[in-house]
Amino acid sequence: MSIATRFVADATDSPWTGFVARRIGRLIVSLWVLVTASFLMIHLIPGDPVRAALGSSAPSALVEARRQALGLNDPLWLQYIHYLQGLLGGNLGTSMTSDLPVAQVIGDRFPATFEIAGLAFLLAVLISVPVGALMGVLTRGGRRRRTELAFTSTSIVVAAIPEFLLAVGLVFFFAVQLGWFPVAGRSDASSYVLPVVSMALGSAAMLSRIVRVEMLSVLGTDYVRTARAKRLPDWMIYFRHALPNALTATLTIGGLMLSAMVAGTVLVENVFAWPGLGSTIVASILAKDYPVVQGVVLVYGVGVLLVNLLVDVALGMLDPRSTIKES
Amino acid sequence: MAVRWLAALKTPVGAVSAGMLFMVLTMAVIAPILWSGQAEAINTKTILQGPSPEHLIGTDSLGRDLFYRLLVATGLSVKLALAATGIGVMAGLVLGTVPSLLGRRVGRLVTAFVNIAVAFPGLLLAMFFAVIFGVGQTGAVLAIGLATAPSFARLTQTLVATQSERDYIAAAKLAGVGRVRRLLRHILPNIAEPLVVTATIGAGGSLLAFAGLSFLGLGVQPPAYDWGRLLNEGLNDIYLHPMAALAPGLAVVIAGLAFNLFGEAVAKTLGTPMPISGKGAAPQRVPQPNAVEPSTAVEPSKAGADSNAVLTVRDLFVSFPGPAGPITPVRGVSFSLARGEAVGVVGESGSGKTQTALALAQLVEYPGNVSASRLEFLGQDQLSSPSRARRQLLGTSFAMVFQDPMKSLNPAMRIGAQLAEVAQRHQGMNRRQALARAADRLRAVRVPAPERRLRQYPHEFSGGMRQRAMIGMGIMGNPALIVADEPTTALDVTVQQQVLRLLSAIKEENHVAILLISHDLTLVGQVCERVLVMYAGRIVEDLPASDLAERAMHPYTRALLAAVPDMETDRDRPLAVVPGRPADPSQVPAGCAFASRCPKADDHCTREDPQLVQREDGHRVACWHPSRGTGSERVSVELKLHAAALQGEAS
Repeated sequence: MSIATRFVADATDSPWTGFVARRIGRLIVSLWVLVTASFLMIHLIPGDPVRAALGSSAPSALVEARRQALGLNDPLWLQYIHYLQGLLGGNLGTSMTSDLPVAQVIGDRFPATFEIAGLAFLLAVLISVPVGALMGVLTRGGRRRRTELAFTSTSIVVAAIPEFLLAVGLVFFFAVQLGWFPVAGRSDASSYVLPVVSMALGSAAMLSRIVRVEMLSVLGTDYVRTARAKRLPDWMIYFRHALPNALTATLTIGGLMLSAMVAGTVLVENVFAWPGLGSTIVASILAKDYPVVQGVVLVYGVGVLLVNLLVDVALGMLDPRSTIKES
Repeated sequence: MAVRWLAALKTPVGAVSAGMLFMVLTMAVIAPILWSGQAEAINTKTILQGPSPEHLIGTDSLGRDLFYRLLVATGLSVKLALAATGIGVMAGLVLGTVPSLLGRRVGRLVTAFVNIAVAFPGLLLAMFFAVIFGVGQTGAVLAIGLATAPSFARLTQTLVATQSERDYIAAAKLAGVGRVRRLLRHILPNIAEPLVVTATIGAGGSLLAFAGLSFLGLGVQPPAYDWGRLLNEGLNDIYLHPMAALAPGLAVVIAGLAFNLFGEAVAKTLGTPMPISGKGAAPQRVPQPNAVEPSTAVEPSKAGADSNAVLTVRDLFVSFPGPAGPITPVRGVSFSLARGEAVGVVGESGSGKTQTALALAQLVEYPGNVSASRLEFLGQDQLSSPSRARRQLLGTSFAMVFQDPMKSLNPAMRIGAQLAEVAQRHQGMNRRQALARAADRLRAVRVPAPERRLRQYPHEFSGGMRQRAMIGMGIMGNPALIVADEPTTALDVTVQQQVLRLLSAIKEENHVAILLISHDLTLVGQVCERVLVMYAGRIVEDLPASDLAERAMHPYTRALLAAVPDMETDRDRPLAVVPGRPADPSQVPAGCAFASRCPKADDHCTREDPQLVQREDGHRVACWHPSRGTGSERVSVELKLHAAALQGEAS
């Protein structure tokens, strides 16, 4: 049975409705916290953000005019309401450096970030699930100690290298030395390889360790013994009985990793001068272009929340108990 | 605590990482004192040079020596990382303990806030705070510190919550110790260790995060420099001068690893649960133990060549490698089972009952080792290498029912699929036919509304229903033998009886042999015709169930019987037990294993191991001093067989 039909079948059951409602409730609260935090961010900056942005030599009249334009002279509650109204209408404000609408800046930059984050996640999963499951099967019950040691130490070291440092190493080797891929920029398909690989590799190493450990613990369970007692062929025991259960536990941690990957784009984009949100937010922070910073923080935050929601829903589908547990 | 931390140095990872950490910390202290001059000396004649004997990794755009800059940068990099971690731990401690100090409402609010904050990646939080605190060193320390606070808060909350449930905290509460004092004097000291370990690992994370922020230009600002800053400056010239970017990157990785690995090594030694850590040392494979004296004296009560036999086993040994030589939980078991016969296997925990069952089912897992001089199921030799045909035979004719129905069914699969796959795999049925068969089998094990039940998951079944489903799974094929390992131990008493009646009914209807493993003599007497009593991996007595109460010969069997409480047992006196402790399977004594607990034991018993020999028709005993006769040597406490009473009981 496919996941989709399972989903449809389950959607009619009452636990699912409650589960989804709870998750959406949590999403709304988190969203509210996020929006409020991004609103308050500008107001928490010590001193006058406009003065800071324009520099100490800017004439007071210009600062005052800009403050007026940004609505910074209104009472805080009124600014908050205007901010919320703006968000609902898709208006994220105007960039202080380019005078472009923030929504437009984000719209231009978002696809580049989404592409590499998505591809990197895909690559990490495609590497880690087969590798981790295979290692779990090979080293189950203490078999093949040397393979286990080699795998574990390699994956620990690879996972410990932050993606932007890995990116520097990959650039040096594959772009500078071998010249296989461009050093920076976003052009043809080959320009995607290094950013995506440098983001995926660490996560893949970490995830495959988790998949292996989960696989080991699932292979030791009573229900896998039951499956063996049914004399099912090994591949059925591994793929049908063990892997789905191993992946449920993996998914929880994998989800956290995926949201960390969203943030990882910031650093990697700066290594590769990738024209995405990550390089935008850094440039905007340095230029004190606060409306853009605010907007990008919001987009990243929403991205993280959506990823978490998706993980929860996927978890509910894979593991029917998790939907019940909380009710 | 310090002593326990030192134990981490004895592991290879712990020793190496401790050495690395020591070097990093030493460098952080001495490098700025010794080499700041060299690191900051501008020399316009040596701008952007590559590695050379004078400048080991070259020079930067102002002609400064990058090697010395790298060493000196250790100081600032480590200092900032530690400062940020300190802020993170303090803020985390406050956020994490506040819920236990303030009222429930404030506590819940704080917890909810922490839960939301934890969902956001640290780097994102750090950038958020970096905007507020401003670009620069101080801002970045605060930003990274506050960004790590939520995860420390979460950990603290969990640790505090676990400690608060402990008895000594309850005692302190009863003694009138106030909340604050309870927290400071009783809880915090007990959670300090895992917190410090996590903080060590966290310091590695902060170091990497700081390198990240400085690399982005949001952290350390020139003329100050840390590794991230050096990387930022070096990356622009990676074509000309790759070492300028690679060397600081490597330094960050090494220092990060040092903190990380050391923390994990300590955590492992202390046994602190960490989200990811390898498994403990698994036992090594050892050579198979020599089959101890093939028993010639042992003659199974039913002849081995009997074509009526469902299962025949001779000299079954099961051994596992142990730290001090192999452990052999099963030491030469021989018996056979006839068609439709129900045999019980009884004995204390550790007597080898379950391992015998698993070995017969060929389900003993690596690194366990099974050997036998003969193992036949339905006339087929089971000792040769497995074939598809044998799998199919076992899959359809050999059913297993395990002890804990809560754990024996796959939680992520519907009951229907779990039953149907047997028929699909071994009986050539398609999915529809197999599901129809499954519904029919569930009906046979008296599961109401089987069609609806098939679509449910195990968690929607009660314990008794799950065990029925397990039995139903066993009779999907056409079993000749059902091995039930403590099938009712995990169930409550009324359900136990239903499950037992079900097993008996299946046996009668389908002429199935049953091997019922249990520590409960009463239960075995109810269902079985014959009883095998196991002690320390051997069968010590094999007798008809009807003889159990009056004619048991082995002192161990008698002791077990005496320990069964009945209606006349004086409830004001402690329950009878078999005196002494069961034999340790890793150190089975010479001679009779039961001798040390046996009232009749003499020198002969401790010298020579008695063989299982036939004493009466269908009654085998392994004892030098078996009890004989019935009258005067009657078992002191009579075993009540409640079978008749139970049959009369309404279901």
